[in-house]
Amino acid sequence: MDLKDLYRDVIVDHNRHPRNFGKLEPADVHADGHNPLCGDRLTMYANLEGEHIKDVKFEGSGCAISVASASLLTEAVKGKSKSEVKELFDDVHALLTQHDAAVDPARLGKLAALSGVREFPARVKCASLCWHTLNAALDRAAEPVSTE
Amino acid sequence: MNAAVTATRGATALDIAAIRRDFPILHQSVNGKPLVYLDNAASSQRPKSVIEAVSRYYEHDHANVHRGVHTLSQRATDAYEGARETIRRFINARDTKEIVFTRGTTEAVNLVAQSFARPGFQPGDEILISALEHHANIVPWQLLREQVGAVLKVIPISEQGEVDFVEFEKLIGPRTRLLALAHVSNALGTIVPVEKFIKVAKQHGVPVLLDGAQAIPHTPVDVQALGCDFYCFSSHKMLGPTGMGVLYGRKELLEAMPPWQGGGDMILSVSFEKTTFNQLPWKFEAGTPHIAGAIGLAAAIDYLETIGMERIAAYEHELLEYATDRLSRVPGLRIVGTAANKAAVVSFTLEGIHPHDIGTILDTEGVAIRTGHHCAMPVMEFFNIPATARASMSFYNTREEIDRLAAALEHTRKVLG
Repeated sequence: MDLKDLYRDVIVDHNRHPRNFGKLEPADVHADGHNPLCGDRLTMYANLEGEHIKDVKFEGSGCAISVASASLLTEAVKGKSKSEVKELFDDVHALLTQHDAAVDPARLGKLAALSGVREFPARVKCASLCWHTLNAALDRAAEPVSTE
Repeated sequence: MNAAVTATRGATALDIAAIRRDFPILHQSVNGKPLVYLDNAASSQRPKSVIEAVSRYYEHDHANVHRGVHTLSQRATDAYEGARETIRRFINARDTKEIVFTRGTTEAVNLVAQSFARPGFQPGDEILISALEHHANIVPWQLLREQVGAVLKVIPISEQGEVDFVEFEKLIGPRTRLLALAHVSNALGTIVPVEKFIKVAKQHGVPVLLDGAQAIPHTPVDVQALGCDFYCFSSHKMLGPTGMGVLYGRKELLEAMPPWQGGGDMILSVSFEKTTFNQLPWKFEAGTPHIAGAIGLAAAIDYLETIGMERIAAYEHELLEYATDRLSRVPGLRIVGTAANKAAVVSFTLEGIHPHDIGTILDTEGVAIRTGHHCAMPVMEFFNIPATARASMSFYNTREEIDRLAAALEHTRKVLG
């Protein structure tokens, strides 16, 4: 269990300088995520163009893993379709939880930096919070919403 | 681990090396480093004498209590009721009838809420708690609020984490039916000067419940001197088994309270028409109890008394002063909870670093602390922080271990700096 596997340079950098950080206004969809036990709190915002994510931002506060993971997420999902995002989440989840995960690192890009998290089971929920939150935002968008 | 042995001066001198030898769990490496256990407010560790008392009971004396005429049942009953007497003496209750065994502090508070408060409280009756309570002294009263329409009033705390006595005097009034206070705050370490709160409560004829979970492992407790009506505490924070706790209640109050759970052991006779309840304290102990837990708790008290609660309190205070000074010198560290009187708890934040990351990095250095909201989310909200890191010390800890903590925190800053 090497600390450097968890807090890789990419993670430390994205924690200190989170990308796409802030409120997206107006946002087509958004959702709040909260891990009350550790106090991580995120809001994910997205604008959609058809099935594709045109823009995505997040705000909130949390541990280095949750902030870096959200920052990496925003870079990874921009321009992707909703179904591609779901596939990517499955890959990330496997990466976070399975030692023998058959995940192609090339497909994950920078997200592969999260692989060290699986050595720290208590931290998996920190890394996955942003993904669950984005999923909730996208699912809600799938429901017909009326303002009338 | 000779380097970890600290000689202290004067009347408080404890042979820490000898004490540490009594705790088998302390002698191990975690992640390749000697374990530094500083999460005692969450749960303490157990000396050999407690582990052996529980083992001995299961190996030689176990049977159900209060039932059989056979030898083992008698031995188990004697040990179980003997534990009650040990506990009575330890907290200076008048009578063993006033010592009710529970699963822990939480169950003891719930018992009072459901059996003392619920039958008699009217809509609009007020329960007074403070802003530094553990969830275990908040949620049972919120449940009661739903059940009887009672009102929960909260005494505010100061920036130092002290309960505001002036505000308390304004809040207590003719509708106040109960004051339920932490004796020591688990999240901040504040020692609440409960004596003066109790004095005012008595002038108003208001009964007082104290949550003593964090106080009883670290300071002498005399329920008669305190003058409280209920005192709740847990075994596992005071070297005893988990799943075991105590409700002390004044006999007059307990006598008048109905049972809160029905079953075996809490009855004298049962027919389908009428059941006669057992005497105190068994009226509140339905079902086969945690016999080994009571025996282990009594062994823990024996151990604590051998060292002496006064000496434990004095030594832990030295550790607190040392830790407060040492940690204050870690750049970016802010101590949360700076009351004048504190138990050996240091809650803190590190600038720019989330407590969760601190906890993980410290663990890789072999240092165990608690991070999070400490089951006191209103306290975190008051200080406008999501969580803290908390180092909580016991009398088997040493200054060298606090140095290890400080070094690990400096390492944390480097890793995430």
